[in-house]
Amino acid sequence: MTNTIREIGGADFILAIGTNTTEAHPVIGLQVKKALRGGAVLAVVDPRDTELARLAHHHLRIRPGTDVALLNGLAHVVVAEELWDRDFVAARTEGFEALRETLAAYPPERVAEITGVPADTIRAVARGYARASRASILYTMGLTQHACGTANVLAVANLAMLCGHVGKESSGVNPLRGQNNVQGACDMGALPNVLTGYQSVADEAVRAKFGAAWGAEIPSRPGLTVTEMIEAAGEGRIRAMYVMGENPVLSDPDAGHVTEALKKLDFLVVQDIFLTETAQLAHVVLPAACFAEKDGTFTNTERRVQRVRKAVEPPGRAKADWEIVCLVARALGYPMGYASPAEIMEEIRRLTPSYAGITYERLDRGGLHWPCPAEDHPGTPILHVGKFARGLGKFHPVEHIPPDEMPDEEYPMVLSTGRRLLHYHTGTMTLRTGTLEVRYPEEYLEVNPEDAARLGIESGDLVRVTSRRGLVEVRARVTDVVPPGLVFTSFHFPAVAINRLTNPARDPVAKIPEYKVCAVRVEKAGPAAAV
Amino acid sequence: MASVTLTIDGRQVTVPRGTSVLEAAEAAGIFIPTLCHDPDLSPWGACRLCVVEIPGMRNLPASCVTEATEGMVVYTASAPVLEARKTILELLLANHPEDCLTCHRNGDCRLQDYAYYYGVRASGFAGERRALPVEDENPFIVRDMNKCILCGKCVRVCQEIQGCHVVDFAYRGFGTRITPAMNVPLGESTCVFCGNCVAYCPVGALVEKPMLGKGRRWEVRKVRTICPYCGTGCTIELNVKDGRVIGVTSAPDGDVNGKALCAKGRFGMGFIHHPDRLQAPLVRKNGELVEASWEEALELVASRLKEIKEAHGGEAIGFLSSARCTNEENYLLSKLARAVVGTNHIDHCARL
Ligand code: SF4
Ligand code: SF4
Repeated sequence: MTNTIREIGGADFILAIGTNTTEAHPVIGLQVKKALRGGAVLAVVDPRDTELARLAHHHLRIRPGTDVALLNGLAHVVVAEELWDRDFVAARTEGFEALRETLAAYPPERVAEITGVPADTIRAVARGYARASRASILYTMGLTQHACGTANVLAVANLAMLCGHVGKESSGVNPLRGQNNVQGACDMGALPNVLTGYQSVADEAVRAKFGAAWGAEIPSRPGLTVTEMIEAAGEGRIRAMYVMGENPVLSDPDAGHVTEALKKLDFLVVQDIFLTETAQLAHVVLPAACFAEKDGTFTNTERRVQRVRKAVEPPGRAKADWEIVCLVARALGYPMGYASPAEIMEEIRRLTPSYAGITYERLDRGGLHWPCPAEDHPGTPILHVGKFARGLGKFHPVEHIPPDEMPDEEYPMVLSTGRRLLHYHTGTMTLRTGTLEVRYPEEYLEVNPEDAARLGIESGDLVRVTSRRGLVEVRARVTDVVPPGLVFTSFHFPAVAINRLTNPARDPVAKIPEYKVCAVRVEKAGPAAAV
Repeated sequence: MASVTLTIDGRQVTVPRGTSVLEAAEAAGIFIPTLCHDPDLSPWGACRLCVVEIPGMRNLPASCVTEATEGMVVYTASAPVLEARKTILELLLANHPEDCLTCHRNGDCRLQDYAYYYGVRASGFAGERRALPVEDENPFIVRDMNKCILCGKCVRVCQEIQGCHVVDFAYRGFGTRITPAMNVPLGESTCVFCGNCVAYCPVGALVEKPMLGKGRRWEVRKVRTICPYCGTGCTIELNVKDGRVIGVTSAPDGDVNGKALCAKGRFGMGFIHHPDRLQAPLVRKNGELVEASWEEALELVASRLKEIKEAHGGEAIGFLSSARCTNEENYLLSKLARAVVGTNHIDHCARL
C-alpha cells in the first residue's frame, strides 16, 4: 500500500476494484465504512453483488477479465474531459503522450461493450474520482489473479498518477495483501529474483554484499516461481523440493497436475503445523511451531513491521521454523545459529536498507512502516510523497486482452474464486477452530437464479462443475449475488478442491495464475448424471 | 486552537474548547466513573453515573455530555454527587442477577468495581428481576440479557465501528432490552460475529463463548501479538492460562485496528491446540510416514539434499517459503536456499 489502513477512513472517494473488503479484510472494511459515514463516495468494481457492492454509490458489475478496458475507459474520460492533474503530470511523471494515444481507443461506449458497465456510469465514476481531493484505490487478488494481472496493476497506476492521487494523505494505490505476512515474505527475498528489500540477484554488487555476509557465492541467474517449479518438477528438472508452511496441492491452480508433479520428485520435505495435503506426499515431515509459539515479526499490507510474541510452547517435539532451518543448514555443514529472532533481525537490517532502522526494541513501542533507513528515522507511512522511488512516475500504456480461457459451447460458464468471511486460505487453520467451521461447515457454489432454472438446479442440490482440467462436486446456492453466466466459490475447503479446475495460465510478468476466470460446465449431480 | 480554563475539585485545568467535562477531568487525572461512555464511541449520557456538581446548573449534569467552559467550577465527588451515583448503582444491582461467583467477567466488571468503590450492596431495592433465557446457540458469543445494564455500547459499536446495525434498543420501561431486529437470536440476524460488541461490554452480558469456564481473568496472562490470518495485521491479545491459549481479547490500542477484530482473529484460535497438530518428525518408510527422532529426520534431509545437489546441481532443488511464517524465517529460508544449497529457486504463494 502507498498509504496506511487508517487513512482509508479519511478518503472522500474510494474506488474498490475486485476486493470484497468486508469479507476478505474485515477490519480494513471498517475504514471503508468510516469513510462512507464521513460522506465519501464509493465505487465498487466487482461482478458479484457483495456486501461492499451493496454499500456502493456506483456498482460496476464488470464482466470478469475486462478490468484493463474499464480502467482505460475511466482514464479516457479523465483526459477527454480535461480533468487530469496537469501540474502533477508535468512535474512528476513521464510518458503521458504515449498513454494519451493508447487511451484514445477506449471511449466509454466501446468500453461499455467490452465490460458490460454502462457508459454513463463510467463517466460518473471517472469524474468523481478525478475531482475528489482524497481519492484512494483499493484492490486485491480480484485484480491481480488474471492472465493480464500486471497490465491491470499498471492501468490502476496510470489512472492514479493521471489524477495526481498519489503521495498524499488518504490518496494512493492500495493493494490489500491476502495473507498475514505476504508482504514480509516478499520483503525478505522469498522470491526467485531478489534478495531482501528487493535487491536484485542479477546485480553484482548486491551478490557481493550478500556473498560476503553469508560466506558463500550467490547464484546470479534468477530462479523459478512456484508454478514454474511445479512444472519443472513434473518434467524432472527439479528433483527435490523443500516446502515451509505452504500447501500448494490445494492452493495452486490445476491441483491434479500439482499432485502428479510433486509425486515425481526424488525428495520432498515439508515443514508445517499440520499434516497438510502437501505434507502427505512428503518423504520427510518436520513439525513446526505456530505463530503463538514463537517470536518474530510480520509485515502487514501497509508495510508496517510488527512484533509477534511467543505465548505458549509448541506441542510435543515441534520447533519454530527458524530453529528448524538452522538445524537443516548445520546438518548440511553450514554454520547457522542464532540465540533469538532478534539476532536474525540484526543481520537482516545490516543487509537491507529499507529495514535498517528497525530493531526489536523500537518495535516494542509500536509497529514501523518501511522504508525505515535509520534508527532515528520515524518510518514511512505514506510512499511517494513529493517524489517516486525511481524519480519520475512512468505511464505504461496497456491494452485490454481477453481472458485466456473464454466460455464456449462445451464450457459455457465462468468460474471465479475468492474468500469467505469465516475462513482462510486452504482451511488448515479455520477448519480446526471449534467455532468458525461450526458456523460455516460446508462450502457451496453460488449460481444465479436464471442459470439455476435453466439447469434445473435448486439450492442444496449437489452439482458437478467441470473444467478442461478436472471436476468437483459441491452444493449449489441459488443467489443473485452472482450475475447470470458466472458461478463463484472459495478454495477454503479440501472437500471442494476448486483448484482442480482453475487455469494455470499465467500473467507473463508477475506469473500470477488466472484464478478469477476459467470456463466451466455446471450440471446437477444426480443418479441420472452418474457415469 | 482556543482553550478554556476551568476548576475541577479545586484544580485549574486548561483544555481545548469543545472538550467535555469528563475528558477535562480525565486529562487532569481526576477519576469519574462511567458505564456508557467510551472515547471510541459517540457520547451518550444515558447511564448518568458520571454526574458532577456544577454550581449554577440545575440538577447534576452528566459530565460526558457537558462541555467545559471558561471559568466553570466542577465538583466530582461532593455529597450530592456520591449520593446520586449510589442510587444509580443500587437501581442497577436491584435488577442484576446475583451471579458474580460464576460470571466470566468476575474481577473484570465495571459494575462490580463501582459497587465495591462506592460500597453499594444489592439489597437496596429488592425489585422485580428479569428472567430472560440466556442465548448461546451460536459458537461465538453468549448473550445474557439479564446482566445487561442498557449502556448501549454494543448498539453504538455495531453501528459506529462495525457498521452493521445488528442490535438496538427495543420495548419500553422495565421491559427495555437490546436485541437484533425482530427479536431473533444473533445467529439468525445479520451479525457477522466480529465480537466487537463483546470487547466493549462493561459487564458480563456479552462474553466469548469459547473462553467460558476456561480461566478467571486474574489467572490469565495476556500476550500482545499479531493476528495470523489476513494481511491487515490486527493486534490481538492471546489469553494464556496454564500454557494454553484459551482465547483472544482486543488489545486496548491496536496500531492498525484499535479494539476492532473480525471473527477469525477473535474466535479462530482453536487450531493452536488442535489434536491434529504435528508433534514429531515423520519419515517415510515402506511407503508410510512414521515418527522419527529429529536426528534421524535431519540426517535424512541433509544426506538426500547433498546427494541430489552433487548429482544434479543446486538448481535441481526448489524451495517454497511461506507468507505465514515470520520475516526472520523467510530470510533464513532464502539464506538456506541461496547460500547453502546454491539455488535461486525460492518463492512463496504471494501470487496465490
Ligand atoms: S458481533 Fe459484531 S456484528 Fe454482531 S452484534 Fe456484535 S458488533 Fe454487531
Ligand atoms: S482480525 Fe480479521 S481483519 Fe484483523 S488481521 Fe485478523 S483476520 Fe484480518
